[in-house]
Amino acid sequence: MSFSPDQLRKQFPILEREVNNRPLIYFDNAATTQKPRVVLDRLMHYYEQENSNIHRGAHFLSSQATEAYEQARKTIQQHINARHSHEVIFTRGTTEAINLVADSFCQRYLKAGDEIIISAMEHHANIVPWQMACERHQATLKVVPMRPDGTLDMTGLEALLNRRTKLVAITHVSNALGTINPVKAIISMAHQQNVPVLIDGAQATPHMAVDVTDLDCDFYCFSGHKMYGPMGVGVLYGKEAILNDMPPWQGGGEMISSVSFSKTTYNELPFKFEAGTPNVADVLGMETAILFLQETGLDRIAAHEKELVDYAINRLRQTDNIRFFGEASERSAVVSFIFNDIHPYDTGTILDKMGIAVRTGHHCAQPIMTYFNIPGTVRVSFAAYNTKKEIDVLMNGLSTVRDMFG
Amino acid sequence: MRMTSIKEKEQAVVEEFELFDDWMDKYNHIIEMGKALPVIDDQYKQEKYLIKGCQAQVWLHAEQKDGRVHFTADSDALITKGIVALLIRVLSDQKPDDIIDADMSFIDEIGLKEHLSQTRSNGLVNMIKQMKLYALAIKG
Repeated sequence: MSFSPDQLRKQFPILEREVNNRPLIYFDNAATTQKPRVVLDRLMHYYEQENSNIHRGAHFLSSQATEAYEQARKTIQQHINARHSHEVIFTRGTTEAINLVADSFCQRYLKAGDEIIISAMEHHANIVPWQMACERHQATLKVVPMRPDGTLDMTGLEALLNRRTKLVAITHVSNALGTINPVKAIISMAHQQNVPVLIDGAQATPHMAVDVTDLDCDFYCFSGHKMYGPMGVGVLYGKEAILNDMPPWQGGGEMISSVSFSKTTYNELPFKFEAGTPNVADVLGMETAILFLQETGLDRIAAHEKELVDYAINRLRQTDNIRFFGEASERSAVVSFIFNDIHPYDTGTILDKMGIAVRTGHHCAQPIMTYFNIPGTVRVSFAAYNTKKEIDVLMNGLSTVRDMFG
Repeated sequence: MRMTSIKEKEQAVVEEFELFDDWMDKYNHIIEMGKALPVIDDQYKQEKYLIKGCQAQVWLHAEQKDGRVHFTADSDALITKGIVALLIRVLSDQKPDDIIDADMSFIDEIGLKEHLSQTRSNGLVNMIKQMKLYALAIKG
């Protein structure tokens, strides 16, 4: 069956709406994707038919909800090819997953004088938690440099790895530039020095199949809402041995085995890291989004998105005074640019008046903007439901922008 | 000489904007207002005069002239510069108390309400707040 974005669009109710009296063109998918009807229905079904607190009651609804929740864990385990379902920890999202590791892992392993390595193209979510951890433990944050084309300097990474390095935390795909990093090579380079690796996969999982066993990463984090699922839910994958070795993070119900005032013993994986009532509905919604991705076909989505990126870049290249950021050969569904003579905010405001949603600004990656010495970029990011026709409308919008400011 | 009050200036702006029936004309007008904004003295284009919360950089300076507050500003984005020019047109050279009390409801009337929302990172809200803070400081 061939891939038809026009057919696929029909499954996304929001794409039928207008913004500023124009049909919505949604090109801010790296911020969050829209949700297909099946995901919306799944959420509603849970609250209409299944809502109950899990892992507790002996009653029908509770055991049904528990079963659904644990089935979702298995679906995700299979989707990312983890060895065990208990290596899948549910979180609020990528940010919380990274914070969990930054707190718990660092408490266990990070000592004064140690080092953590990140890269120059990280989202703030993969910078700040490590800065905070380094400050707590008197450790040092090291940064792998970036090259002008928006790719990582691998020799820079090699030079930074040493006996003091306790963890490498790198993004799989840059949210601001679209660069796909050679994470498998990074992981193997770090492992040669016995350094574990965390991958921020928030921008990867919507666009490509991820196999954590093949990558051999120690941690992999991603968010449901960037892959057609609900907001407020995400995953921390971690290898069993390392997760078992880490202390619990938040305390509360669910994560305990027994509690008395003199001593509390902790539950085992994955519950050790899931304190409190979990976000059951959104976990089920995320599972449905993943099944939707599988059914649509990640390969077909990737091929379609590559076509969109190539088409957009070709058309944009013909525009005056344009400068691109992120020109890696391996890239995801992001095109980041500015007009040299027009502030990105001006561009974004006018496009918005024409119903076109793009992101302007620093994209929560200020060090990248500092590197290029720019106030921000205009970021156009695609999803499976975007079309070339929409890119044509964007081009018309940009020509209006040029008329107004150029 | 009688000075035009804030209310009168707001009214003039509202009448001016009523001439535009389409958003593009309105924005072109805002851009033109930005271009016409007198240049701010270079010594004020530094970090401490920057207004926070703007996606574009906005420098705002205020000084007292004959018991009134005189504002100058600049921005690296033209729409933002136009918006600050609009605020200056209404609030500059007014008495501190009048600036502090101004309800700025004309922004809604000219159809720029969307810029008042916190999600809009052009910082219109912060610009107004900063202008009022300057007025408070000058009032002493």
